[in-house]
Amino acid sequence: MSLTSILFTVFFYLAVSLCLVGVTLKVIQYASTPVPLKIPTAPAPLTKFGVILRMMREVFLFSSLFKASKWTWLFGWLFHWALVLLFIRHLPYFWPGETPEILRQTESLRYAAFPLIFGLSGLLARRFFVDRVRYISAPSDYLLLILLILIALTGALMTFAQFYPDMGKVYAFAEGLITFDWSELPSGGIFLAHIFMVFVLIAIFPISKILHAPGVFFSPTLNQVDDARKKRHISDWAFDKEKNSKGG
Amino acid sequence: MEKFDTPKLETYLKTPALKSDVMTGSGPFKANADMQKSLGFPGKKVDNWQQVAIEKMGETISKYRSLPVFLDACVKCGACADKCHYFLGTGDPKNMPVARQDLFRSVYRRHFTFAGKYFPKLVGAKEFDESMLDDWYNYFHQCSECRRCSVYCPYGIDTAEITMAAREVMNAIGVGQKYCNQILGKVKKIGNNLGMPEPALRDTLLDLEEEIEEDTGVAVKLPLDHQGAEILLITPSADFFAEPHIDGLIGYAKVFHQSGDSWTLSSYASEGANFGMFIGNYDIMREGALRIRKAALDLGVKRIIVGECGHAWRVAYSFWNTLTGIGDGATDEYALQLQNQLNQNYPQPQHIIEYTYDLIQKGRLTFDKSKNDHRTVTFHDSCNVARGSNMGGIENGQFILPREVIKAACNHFVDMSEGTIKASTFCCGGGGGLLTDDLLELRVKGALPRMQALKQSEEKGGVNTLAALCAICKSQFSKVLPYYDFDPFMVVSVHQLVSEALVLDGENSQQESKAL
Repeated sequence: MSLTSILFTVFFYLAVSLCLVGVTLKVIQYASTPVPLKIPTAPAPLTKFGVILRMMREVFLFSSLFKASKWTWLFGWLFHWALVLLFIRHLPYFWPGETPEILRQTESLRYAAFPLIFGLSGLLARRFFVDRVRYISAPSDYLLLILLILIALTGALMTFAQFYPDMGKVYAFAEGLITFDWSELPSGGIFLAHIFMVFVLIAIFPISKILHAPGVFFSPTLNQVDDARKKRHISDWAFDKEKNSKGG
Repeated sequence: MEKFDTPKLETYLKTPALKSDVMTGSGPFKANADMQKSLGFPGKKVDNWQQVAIEKMGETISKYRSLPVFLDACVKCGACADKCHYFLGTGDPKNMPVARQDLFRSVYRRHFTFAGKYFPKLVGAKEFDESMLDDWYNYFHQCSECRRCSVYCPYGIDTAEITMAAREVMNAIGVGQKYCNQILGKVKKIGNNLGMPEPALRDTLLDLEEEIEEDTGVAVKLPLDHQGAEILLITPSADFFAEPHIDGLIGYAKVFHQSGDSWTLSSYASEGANFGMFIGNYDIMREGALRIRKAALDLGVKRIIVGECGHAWRVAYSFWNTLTGIGDGATDEYALQLQNQLNQNYPQPQHIIEYTYDLIQKGRLTFDKSKNDHRTVTFHDSCNVARGSNMGGIENGQFILPREVIKAACNHFVDMSEGTIKASTFCCGGGGGLLTDDLLELRVKGALPRMQALKQSEEKGGVNTLAALCAICKSQFSKVLPYYDFDPFMVVSVHQLVSEALVLDGENSQQESKAL
């Protein structure tokens, strides 16, 4: 294998390991940190089922963001859903052996690249042109959007402007990463840039604001049932205090 | 006090252009050494304050899941940026909820995250230096912990949690706010925010009884420390002396009189407000709640009912069961004793609105609504009730029940415009420990969005009465309404409306006989 292929292969495993380990540690931190008080925010569901519905509305529809800002919602929602579709679109590359029928039907999902670029550009434009959003943006906020836009552009160039690499080699390389049966990368700067940036994105997941993805599920204002009067809610550290309590 | 300009009310609420640092300053008065020490905080800023502050931050982050989640999850989308009444009223960018959080988050990133430790500039991580502490003290006392931002955040990030944590950290290094900490000292020593001792309270209640009897001819009682009463009423102490609060207290007394349930106030726990929440201190908040538990046990009551107070109801509804085991599931002996003693056929605690609403539903109260015909009423949803509690155990009950009670007592009711009420309600501008004259400019400017909505309902709906069910809202409105050319007396307690329209048994004949 060429040095480039070896470096990219190593980088892939490094990135994925960093991501998995980092996110796991973060999830463990969130899960093990107590929630001493009931703090659901309005409109607070009174049942567990209500919480599940609320979470689904937030995760799938971005319902709070919709209430807050229609433009941000439009850009953000398009971007996230396009990303999901394009993720599915990429699964066949990695599927070991025979690609299942259902994954062979995903060809048309490539058009999600356009809403992806549109949404990301809108979000980036807001950072430049809306004074409030500009004020709260750190360099990392711009860079992350630019990284995503470049990933989307390089992908779109290969797909729609015929800059595609040797597809046989792409399948072999991607499959090889999953089956530990490594093979040579195809040549082509655009392709290499594309996957390099994706690996970077994977690597920085646990040390960046992408943590909002696991974070939303741990948000006590969203995931708590509003039943404080019916059911006692108490954390371990508060319970320890109580054991030493003298009543009042 | 420096002079300031009251913002103009436009036709619509406008999002202001950013005016950097217009609200910069030294913040509200600081607590002195005695006030600090009485709560167990250092008397003055400790020498190694940075170290202590970072340690305290680490401790709060490890004790409250909301903090690591909220600090990590924010993507700076700006959804909250134009939702805070203090931002809308001042234009100071540090009053955008996300920017306020960032004062905390930037220090968190510097000391607790990989990216912030090694690439501080890249991710906006900052050191906790003197100027950062100044910003903390100033801007974390420009947040009323009203949680409006949390309703719009895609991750439910609640700036109130960050503000509480920041105040907790500042108290731990000896930098406390006078208004909150002085009041907490009084509760600790005497039992209420005013520092009103038992004899003064007893006198006040006797005066009120006389006043009601003069007005109505009916001997409505306001019992204090009545052993064996059915109901213990816990109400904010402002109800004992402030206008228009006191008319609400008269309203509760009349409702109890009509229902026939025996009730009592407690001189030991004569405060519903719990400023321990405002400063984010679990122990102090719990101490306040335990006072109430002790009073309930000592008086042998079967039910606990909470008067009109926003954050008191949040603490009572959402936190009391956690803090004192008032509802179900506690294991220590006092909590068990209380659970056995209380009548579990009722939710514990209940809000006075829930109590009155139940009586209305059962047809046990008679109203002469024409008594309120000179009023066109609108209702201000208090933030802590709207976004931190429930009433009636039904979804959105905290919005439905008060309106139903008002409508039972008044013929003319108009809501303010959508987006300014219910879950989206604007804070009055004085909540969260900011109801102090050294923050008057902030309070006036922060009231702008509410005043805007009120103005619209005045012009379109002829509203001349603003009903509220929170002691802080009532005091704040009384103070700031004149700045916007409203009549300060247009604020009323919900139970004042009840009081004015409620027909007491024997009242009419008494008055008629007088007339004869």
